[in-house]
Amino acid sequence: MTITNKGRLGATCALAVTAALVLSACSSSGGGGAAVNTPGVTADSILLGTTQPLTGPAAPGYSKISAAMNAYFKFANESGGVNGRKITLKVEDDGYNPATTVTKTNDLVLKDNVFAMVGALGTPTHTAVLDFLKQNKVPDLFVSSGSRSWNQASKYPDTFGWQPDYTVEGKVLGDYIKKTFAGKTVCSFGQGDDFGTDGAQGVELTLGAGSLKTKQTYTPTNQNVGPQIGALKAAGCQVVTLFTVPGFTALALGTAAQLKYGPQWVISNVGSDITTLTGFLKDATTPLLEGVVTDSYIPIPSDTSNSWITLFQMVNTKYNNNVPFDGNVEYGMAMAYTTLQVLQAAGKNLTRQSLLAAVEKGGLTGPGLVPFRFSSTDHSGYAGTQVVIVKGGVATPTGSIYTTDDGSGALTEYSTPQPQAPTNGLPQ
Amino acid sequence: MAAVLAWMKGSTLLRHLVLLVLGVVLVIVLTDQLQEYQFIHLGILGAYICAAAGLTVLVGLNGQISLGHAALMAIGAYTVALIQNHFTDQNVTGLWVLPICLLAGAFVTAVAGAVIGVAAARLRGPYLAGATLTLGVALPPITSHFTSLFNGDQGLSASIQSPPTSLGYNFSFQHWQAWIGLFCALVVLFFLANLNRSAVGRHMRAVRDDEIAAALCGLSVPRIQITTFAVSSATAGLGGGVLAVMLGARPGAFDLVLSLTLLLAVVIGGLGSLTGAVIGSVIVVYLATFITDRVSGLGLSASSTQNLTNNLPSAVFGLLLIIVMLALPGGAQGLLRRLLALIPRRTTQPTGGQK
Repeated sequence: MTITNKGRLGATCALAVTAALVLSACSSSGGGGAAVNTPGVTADSILLGTTQPLTGPAAPGYSKISAAMNAYFKFANESGGVNGRKITLKVEDDGYNPATTVTKTNDLVLKDNVFAMVGALGTPTHTAVLDFLKQNKVPDLFVSSGSRSWNQASKYPDTFGWQPDYTVEGKVLGDYIKKTFAGKTVCSFGQGDDFGTDGAQGVELTLGAGSLKTKQTYTPTNQNVGPQIGALKAAGCQVVTLFTVPGFTALALGTAAQLKYGPQWVISNVGSDITTLTGFLKDATTPLLEGVVTDSYIPIPSDTSNSWITLFQMVNTKYNNNVPFDGNVEYGMAMAYTTLQVLQAAGKNLTRQSLLAAVEKGGLTGPGLVPFRFSSTDHSGYAGTQVVIVKGGVATPTGSIYTTDDGSGALTEYSTPQPQAPTNGLPQ
Repeated sequence: MAAVLAWMKGSTLLRHLVLLVLGVVLVIVLTDQLQEYQFIHLGILGAYICAAAGLTVLVGLNGQISLGHAALMAIGAYTVALIQNHFTDQNVTGLWVLPICLLAGAFVTAVAGAVIGVAAARLRGPYLAGATLTLGVALPPITSHFTSLFNGDQGLSASIQSPPTSLGYNFSFQHWQAWIGLFCALVVLFFLANLNRSAVGRHMRAVRDDEIAAALCGLSVPRIQITTFAVSSATAGLGGGVLAVMLGARPGAFDLVLSLTLLLAVVIGGLGSLTGAVIGSVIVVYLATFITDRVSGLGLSASSTQNLTNNLPSAVFGLLLIIVMLALPGGAQGLLRRLLALIPRRTTQPTGGQK
């Protein structure tokens, strides 16, 4: 192992670096090839990109979203696509690891030359690439997360949310707690980033500052939530709000059951999909979820009388290998529908500017129970949500649909009925 | 000319300086030919080279082992991100800011490494491996306990300034990142190559070869071991700082897999060889991408592609490691040396003469 001939050491070092650079230069020839004026758009195609947790701690449930989006695009493409262009969605797995999101987004934008990012999933992950996308002026549509970070029209003019932000959800859930569980001790358990923080803040906006007796957090990479659930039990929490991804909802409920602790759970929409939770909790799902309060801003997936659900189920059967139809599949398809709407509205002469203008123009209706708030100054998504109660393993919407802002504004009832799904499934 | 060459031959420092300058020129010329998306990967390669070069000195030249180098990189990354963001908050700008931050990252990590080195100097073989492994597993999650400072799993983005305008309007931020990463790697290689040829380097090897003999020669074995650990940590800290420039300081980037990948790079490249560390880093950074690109080109179903891209690189790395251990104990660098030896060349020694 002795090192001899040091003189050649540096030379070989330099040689190796050269080789690396040349190697990577050669491997580049395959990429690119997009239209000169608008990246990712040709006369008959549009290339979109997204980063998704296909593996890792957030994969259960969420990994179905991009497949559902792709299925809906395939369905639309068979009917001729949008303005004569077929849509391709390139999905990259980031494992819910922000460092990986950075390199994957880099490759989607600079190597694959995507026209826009659509539905990139995750608060910690997508936060890491906001500046990069802004720098490269890539439209960053419908981030799959309810963080308020996406609604910063002046700082990030190209980024838009889609689902109601966690503060709005927290406010609506908090309002239900105030009316139904008055006088009980309320606490929160949430992801240790903007997801958990924004949600707890929303709850406090309706219940009053400091009304949460204790705020426990988790990190997605640490599966042991025993200490946090123990702390909630020790604090005597009777109502616990969960701003958690499905895996951690299951961990919280399961750990609490082991500790013989049964508070009233109030769970954010993103962590409460029954089919996904069944994957973790198996036979214990129905008893553990009994009486759980959550919310939904699109029709609940089991409501087969809803025209949107029938449409999405049809697409799921034909184009998505008929996977179990749950909230994640519905989420992906509803988001794909909104994407088709804005691409349609952006017109035949599709550019990044015309796309952004189409989103900011607002007035989009679709599978949502409430309208979007999109305008040139507001980049947040759906304006509100409706409380849902789980009984006997079945989710049932209850009470009014509310819209509100992410500040101290009051809750407003929204009574305009949801539009029917178009018969051909495509935006007109 | 001949005199200059002879002079260069005599002076290690000068020879390495010339190579450093050549390396810098090479980076400038070659990065100019590349496409935008490759820059971030080159920057990451730079970070890997920094850390792997330090690790190969620790393992190959000093006979210690570390399975926790990713944790040391994390220390460097968070130091750089915190200081850089502090400067940005105070509106302190200038070309000197980033080098100061990177130096601070290397320094803080060196101090941490020296402290760990004190413990490491008392441990041997598997016990040292176990201790450093614990460090690697335990340190990054600390970030989620002090969320207000480290921002949990989301981590910190380092707000790096745009490249100086003197480089031209078309000089992108990514290009600048690649420069930062590769220049840091060159500086580390230059520094370690000189160290290697110095008395300290000889002491390191003496301790590796036989601790008792080294002690009998009057060397302080623990002191040399601690020094090596600190040096290795400093370069790991710099590598971490570079990674913070590319990806931000995020705990997910500094997991056990990174520690093991670095060791893999060092072993595949050839233990104790800086050239080997460079070759090994190139292999671990680009082989996975190479494999996943080939897999996507096969046109398999989405789920098979997903399974293959997730698992095939690890399998190939494992296989490669076994092959290298069995067939090429000297690693890629050893192979390279054997190949170079096959090329007949004019020898500079007097030939055929009688003594």
